[in-house]
Amino acid sequence: MSNDPVIMKPDANKGLDDRLYTVKYEVDEENSHLAVIDSETCVGCEMKPCISKCPAEVYRWLEDEQVLEIAYENCLECGTCRVVCPYDNFEWEYPRGGFGVAYKFG
Amino acid sequence: MTETQVAEVGTAETGMPDKLEFDVIVVGAGPAGLAAGTVCARAGLDTIIIERGRKPGTKNMMGGVLYTRPTAQVWPEFWKEAPLERCVIEQNQWIMTEDSVIKMGYRSPHFAEGVPNCFTVLRVKIDQYFAEQAEAAGALIINETKVDEVLQDDGHVVGVRTGRADGDVYAPVVILAEGVNPQLTCALGMQEDLKPDVAAVTVKEVLRLDPEIIEERFGLNEGEGATIEMFGAPTRGMLGTAFLYTNQNSLSLGLGVLLSEFAEIPDTPHDLLQELKRHPAVAPLIEGAEPAEYMAHLIPEGGYNKMPTLFGHGVMIAGDAAQLVNGLHREGSNHAILSGKTAAETAIDAHEKGNFSAQVLGHYRQRLAETAPTIADLRKYRKATKFMEHHPVLSVYPALAAWAFEQMLTVDDKTKRQKQWEIIKEALRRRKPWGMAWDAIDGGLSFI
Ligand SMILES: Cc1cc2nc3c(=O)[nH]c(=O)nc-3n(C[C@H](O)[C@H](O)[C@H](O)COP(=O)(O)OP(=O)(O)OC[C@H]3O[C@@H](n4cnc5c(N)ncnc54)[C@H](O)[C@@H]3O)c2cc1C
Ligand code: SF4
Ligand code: SF4
Repeated sequence: MSNDPVIMKPDANKGLDDRLYTVKYEVDEENSHLAVIDSETCVGCEMKPCISKCPAEVYRWLEDEQVLEIAYENCLECGTCRVVCPYDNFEWEYPRGGFGVAYKFG
Repeated sequence: MTETQVAEVGTAETGMPDKLEFDVIVVGAGPAGLAAGTVCARAGLDTIIIERGRKPGTKNMMGGVLYTRPTAQVWPEFWKEAPLERCVIEQNQWIMTEDSVIKMGYRSPHFAEGVPNCFTVLRVKIDQYFAEQAEAAGALIINETKVDEVLQDDGHVVGVRTGRADGDVYAPVVILAEGVNPQLTCALGMQEDLKPDVAAVTVKEVLRLDPEIIEERFGLNEGEGATIEMFGAPTRGMLGTAFLYTNQNSLSLGLGVLLSEFAEIPDTPHDLLQELKRHPAVAPLIEGAEPAEYMAHLIPEGGYNKMPTLFGHGVMIAGDAAQLVNGLHREGSNHAILSGKTAAETAIDAHEKGNFSAQVLGHYRQRLAETAPTIADLRKYRKATKFMEHHPVLSVYPALAAWAFEQMLTVDDKTKRQKQWEIIKEALRRRKPWGMAWDAIDGGLSFI
């Protein structure tokens, strides 16, 4: 085992796929509404809290490339990643009007 | 804007209205924006409400308990026809450890009499009902349209720029009801963005269950509802709460945790929700219920200390965008509605005076303080979040209280006096006397 900080437990988010399956989205195929400002900052970010605090597992750390992968289609538009990032490293906005999550119950 | 640009606006393709000038622009069709839009339109103001979702409500979620009296100030007797879930006659507070729970609650038929106290709701349905009321009053609601920028002229807000082609819209007064992520008000410099110590991440699941089963499990008659707020183990002692509410044919189960504390551990919000579903006191209540929807949202926890200046030249802020949430009492929609209404009344007044300066719009804050409990309540609890962060209220005490209950209720060969002594000793072992004294004194100062 390395001494690296635990970003996320190995079995975290078990069953989340089933949860997200219940959510309706209108995906904006052309634009991602989420972006990291500086990838280097992420490399030095110890806990990478955006990964574990995102309720929809939008972020994944790619060890080989040393970048954050962003599955923006799954985003629930809560804002947590932006707020929890210790380095204000997000370019965060809501999807274009009409796109993104479309709750049935709320 | 050039002539040609103006001519293009209003085609079916853009979906924008034919004209570009209104008396009032409201950004966001949540409770705050819809209340503001309804009140403005009723007074005869030419009102546009701009919402980014496909329809009002589709971006929104809450627990959620809707309080009747504040809501009726804008939509009188709405409860007789609105799509509500259940009339809440029983409210419970559970203090929990990993496998045990101390239950407290209050149930009374009075809550269903006359003007019922509150109802459970699902936001997609109720927001659309409020939107219909706003439209009936004469407001124009434009969906699927995001406001990207607030337009200013010489320090005065004069309109908004939407994401649509040629989508600039103008009005002498703009009410910003954009909800918890204050993108527009931050860009205007009216407040700072949320920080982890003043924002809670929340997740919720709607679980479908037959009405008869709900009524049997929760001891309810038809149409009656119950709520459970849960403290302690569901948030692992971190600052936050969990909740289980009964809807007509579903349950709403969710939790929220303050981000500054949550960021310290590797678990995800979804993990905590799954853990909650397995809790021995929760599992039997949701047994057999079918997952219908999963959702996430932030709650602003900054309260009075983080409340921005609510107005500027040509602009007012209402609802979550202005941090008007009393997290301790799960009240937000009521403050959103009352602040939206009060901002609207101030806009009407400004139109009568023909003056949209901050001096006139500043009456909004004063009015809100005088006519609604919002500001006084936020002020009262302004130290509560800090108190909860600095004292082990949700970690040490729930476990200790549960242990004490277990000792007193277990019948064995010890005398009751022996048990009391053991409880006192155990309490002092878990929390030193000066710690307890500090908790009590600071608690008194923070809450009374
Ligand atoms: C888990 C949870 C449980 C809660 N439980 C309760 C409860 O039981 N009782 C209670 O009273 N309150 C509760 N609240 C709080 C309550 O939901 C909020 O206080 C309330 O919804 C605030 O209303 P609002 O109109 O200010 O904002 P919102 O309801 O968030 O509405 C904002 C609207 O603006 C739109 N919007 C945002 N930006 C733009 C833009 N740029 N352009 C166009 N449109 C935009 C959004 O799509 C949205 O429709 C809860 C909140 C959460 C998260
Ligand atoms: S929290 Fe911010 S800096 Fe850290 S990994 Fe995520 S985006 Fe990068
Ligand atoms: S806004 Fe919420 S759901 Fe979307 S990526 Fe950020 S944390 Fe995840």
